[in-house]
Amino acid sequence: MNWPTDLRESALAATAAALTLAAPQAQAADAVAPGGVVYVDGGVAQSLTGAPGNPEAGKAIISTAALGNCVACHQISALPEVDFQGNVGPSLDGVADRYDEAHLRGLVANAKQTFPDTVMPAFYKTEGFIRPGEGYTGKAPTGELSPVLDAEQIENVVAYLLTLR
Amino acid sequence: MTSTHLAAAMLALTLAGTAPAQADPIDATEIVINDGEIALPTRAPAPAYLEGVLPEVRSGWLYRDEATRAMQMDDFENPGMVFADLGLDSWETPDGTQGKSCADCHNGIDSMKGLRAAMPRMNAAGDNLWSMENFINDCRVNRMGAEEWGWNSAPMKNMTAAISLQSRGMPVDVAIDGPAAAWWERGREMYYTRFGQLELACANCHEENSGKNIRADHLSQGQINGFPTYRLKDAGMVSSHQRFVGCVRDTRGETFKAGSDEFRALELYVASRGMGLPVEGVAVRH
Repeated sequence: MNWPTDLRESALAATAAALTLAAPQAQAADAVAPGGVVYVDGGVAQSLTGAPGNPEAGKAIISTAALGNCVACHQISALPEVDFQGNVGPSLDGVADRYDEAHLRGLVANAKQTFPDTVMPAFYKTEGFIRPGEGYTGKAPTGELSPVLDAEQIENVVAYLLTLR
Repeated sequence: MTSTHLAAAMLALTLAGTAPAQADPIDATEIVINDGEIALPTRAPAPAYLEGVLPEVRSGWLYRDEATRAMQMDDFENPGMVFADLGLDSWETPDGTQGKSCADCHNGIDSMKGLRAAMPRMNAAGDNLWSMENFINDCRVNRMGAEEWGWNSAPMKNMTAAISLQSRGMPVDVAIDGPAAAWWERGREMYYTRFGQLELACANCHEENSGKNIRADHLSQGQINGFPTYRLKDAGMVSSHQRFVGCVRDTRGETFKAGSDEFRALELYVASRGMGLPVEGVAVRH
């Protein structure tokens, strides 16, 4: 499993998180908050957690519907076991040859910093939305929004994408 | 049928060569129902306000898999027909303090022929845009002395299915001028507004990317000429507003309510994007 450390300790919390789909994930204490991310030409140079990500955990996030579900829109030939890969976005085959680490991080965190009109949702953004909801409940949010993926998850996804050469 | 088989064969070839994603919609020009008794065109020229936006307007049936398409091609296989039959029963059943049924005033349900094709439209007073559900509830409350039905309640969807069936094959022809123009404009604005934390507008999926796949979902043009539709995923009838709620929810957004001003405006705009397509009521989708 690829739950953040504090959730991993609690099977109950993990179950609750699974029930609410991409539930608010606790942030690592030293993570850069979504509002504090510095984009330069769409890229983000610094690791959001200050540490390298785990590509294996990233692979699970990419292919899990309740997490990143990147394969909903992107095809990845290295994951033949993942069914029904979508084609709304470009294939991610060789993506690490096209973008460096900083730019991959920026694209996952908020692709609109690179492509202003892109369909791609921002995975590490918590403000500036029109009628955001409480996860996928359809209801108004009850508190501050959590990003779709937390800092550690973003780094794990970036670490996996860097293997796609 | 030959063209359908050919299209299916071509699709199979396409699938064999690539990822499981389906590419474009199938090539059929008609939904042939009951071995030729009814033929519903699947395509119509894009209306003037969609020129340069969509090459033509297409039924969502073209985007569904073969098994789902087949269910709509036979009224005995179409699960939605059971609900239309229940609606027909209730058409003839008295309700409310006046002891009247729909049939007492409107005679046979075939008197409703054409209504579905023009929905939603301005009410008689000309001060509000009404969906079929509003007209039904107006009758129930003001003429029958009966209680309103919930927008997505079973009796309401049964009734809208039965009434829609009377217009099967008639081209969608909604008024978007006069007092409806402001509603249409409001609906158009909603269609292009990127709602929710995922910042997705109707247009992002159903205009920019129709024909492509989001995971196993083959994106159609989001036409509503088949509504109310039998949706396999829900194992029941689904109203267009019910689907709007689901779509906005899936943007990680706060939805509007079924029957709200916003969704009636959106219903008018989306209906107008299918101008010329036949009323399919009741369609089968998944």
